Amino acid sequence: MHFKSLAIAAAIAATCASAQAQTEIQWWHSMTAVNNEWVNDLAKQFNESQKEYKVVPTFKGVYDESMTAAIAAFRSGNAPHILQVFEVGTATMMASKGATVPVGKVMSDAGLSFDPKAYIPAVAGYYTAPNGQMLSFPFNSSTTIFYYNKDAFKKAGLNPDVAPKTWPEVFEAAKKLKASGHSCPMTLAWQGWTQLESFSTWHNVEFATKSNGLAGMDARLKINSPLHVKHIDNLAKAAAAGEFVYKGRASSAQASFTSGECAMIQTSSGFYGDVAKNAKFSYALAPLPYYSDVKGAPQNTVIGGASLWVMAGKKPAEYKGVAAFFDFLSQSKVQAASHQRTGYLPVTMAAYDLTEKSGFYQKNPGTDVAVQQMIRKVTDNSRGIRLGNYVQIRTIEDEELEQVWSGKKSAKDALDSIVKRGDELLARFERANKK
Amino acid sequence: MEKRVLFRSTWLPWALLLPQLLIISIFFFWPAAQAVLQSFQVEDAFGMSTEWVGLENFANLLDDPTYLNSFMRTALFSVLVAGLGITVSLILAIFADRIVRAAMLYKTLLIVPYAVAPVIAGVLWMFMFSPSLGVVAHYLGELGYDWNHIMNDNQAMALVVLASVWKQISYNFLFFLAGLQSIPKSLIEAASIDGAGPWRRFWNIQLPLLSPTTFFLLVINIVYAFFDTFGIIDAATAGGPGQSTSILVYKVYQDGFKSLDLGSSAAQSVILMIIVVALTVVQFRYVEKKVQY
Repeated sequence: MHFKSLAIAAAIAATCASAQAQTEIQWWHSMTAVNNEWVNDLAKQFNESQKEYKVVPTFKGVYDESMTAAIAAFRSGNAPHILQVFEVGTATMMASKGATVPVGKVMSDAGLSFDPKAYIPAVAGYYTAPNGQMLSFPFNSSTTIFYYNKDAFKKAGLNPDVAPKTWPEVFEAAKKLKASGHSCPMTLAWQGWTQLESFSTWHNVEFATKSNGLAGMDARLKINSPLHVKHIDNLAKAAAAGEFVYKGRASSAQASFTSGECAMIQTSSGFYGDVAKNAKFSYALAPLPYYSDVKGAPQNTVIGGASLWVMAGKKPAEYKGVAAFFDFLSQSKVQAASHQRTGYLPVTMAAYDLTEKSGFYQKNPGTDVAVQQMIRKVTDNSRGIRLGNYVQIRTIEDEELEQVWSGKKSAKDALDSIVKRGDELLARFERANKK
Repeated sequence: MEKRVLFRSTWLPWALLLPQLLIISIFFFWPAAQAVLQSFQVEDAFGMSTEWVGLENFANLLDDPTYLNSFMRTALFSVLVAGLGITVSLILAIFADRIVRAAMLYKTLLIVPYAVAPVIAGVLWMFMFSPSLGVVAHYLGELGYDWNHIMNDNQAMALVVLASVWKQISYNFLFFLAGLQSIPKSLIEAASIDGAGPWRRFWNIQLPLLSPTTFFLLVINIVYAFFDTFGIIDAATAGGPGQSTSILVYKVYQDGFKSLDLGSSAAQSVILMIIVVALTVVQFRYVEKKVQY
């Protein structure tokens, strides 16, 4: 009898052990459609490459939804191990010390090497704390670029093989497109991101103090400078003349480019897949235009997209699993494959070199524009923009700029108002997060 | 002569009330108390550091001209949504009540919008009226009317009002139809024999008898316009252009759920709660006097 129960106990222990042998790693993300398949494939490849850990990817809604969900889960003690957070949420995550574990620490605790220097400077800089520690794992980064319709250019008597380099050239092209009967010569998606944030780093001017917020939480906005006012005013004049047509917030303008209605657009490099698949005209990708009289322009553009954060309060074995997964994701060939598959930036130089060697950029002209804009030495004005309450500030940017495009406010008034309203939110954030 | 039911037991009424009280406490009083508590705090998203700030969140809001502007906008929006919603559904209910053939079909079609989620309704209307892609915008253009709710404040407001009304019509319709059908046929017949036409019958018999229903729907529709429309607004206009469709509840949702500014969002919901309580009190004290049960 005694022997029998022992045997049963041993059998139970054995099954438990084999069930426990695989540590599950929860990964919440916001990737839809083709990108969802990409994320699932990454997890599958990792799970098949070893037996100890199992990464379980879960779609938790779009970026702000998954972040809200994770915060609610964290507050009730059920946070996932890995959370994908968009760049706008970076300041919030970074300020919440104790809620997350720095990636550098996760890796070194697991005895794995992790070199932040391998990453493209603008990417690494964005996710690094003032003390030099990398806080989150760069995953899918994008940047803003310029797309134009070559057929429309030809019709307007413009050289379709040469992209307008400077803003005056863009406005000139818009005039000609308008004259040739094009109803929407130019539009913009993500206006705050493209016309204020990227515009600032591209021209190497301050967006906010404290290195655009990277150096401290007491940053305040600086986007009512004469250069910013001049640029928004130029766009307002183009809007009044019908040469720039506003098509709504976030990415809503993109559809009017693929449909052929608008001939030029500035938006995310991640829009490339959509254009390649749906545009029924010949198009080209080019760097963002700049004002040639600004010293230091063009510098580099700012990143968008998301990174992976490790949540606090998990078991040591689980952190080992997270580290192993990140180690897998760090492989150049995994990153190069991801870059070529999704259109997101190759986050490391090695992945970029590997992609270049494979001849990918020659086969898909324009796909290296985004990378070219990013792989430069960054300055304090261009390392990135990381401000608190930034989701609200983006909304304020939308609200104020819309009033400029419809002629209700002057560029100066609107930008002053963004600075005033935005600074109040920055002060609130600073206060809520001071320790 | 007094007709009154008396419960002699002391515990029975409480026991009967208990389930309802329990549900209200869990789903209303507790969250409401939490909101009040949070409105006095400034807190980071993860709740790692909380600071007690007293009335500062409220002071900030009342100091913000953009927030104050949205009061007028919300008043306009809710009056339009409730007014239009009630009028249109009453008309539809009267017609559906008179129909003899295929009545079921009409009723079903009128009820369908209620099954549509607010966000889907918003997206649906946004697409129909989208300046570059929308069917309606296209035909309006053919007729010489330039529709662009992305740039035009009034058009944007019209769009969210239309979408919100459309969404609520089914609910109102059901109540009005039930109300109309519970009016005794003999009353209508007697009026007809006395020579009252359809308009007269409606005005002097049906409408007064519907007044309890109309009053109930007025309260419900105001509450709907105040609280349940943020999904529609988010999908159709995201509060724009400028802030022309950013009503109070949309800002609560935006600041709380999207921007994680919990203190301010909580203070806003407390203000909203006070407004709706005040509105309801006014309605029950003054409007209800005109209601004949």
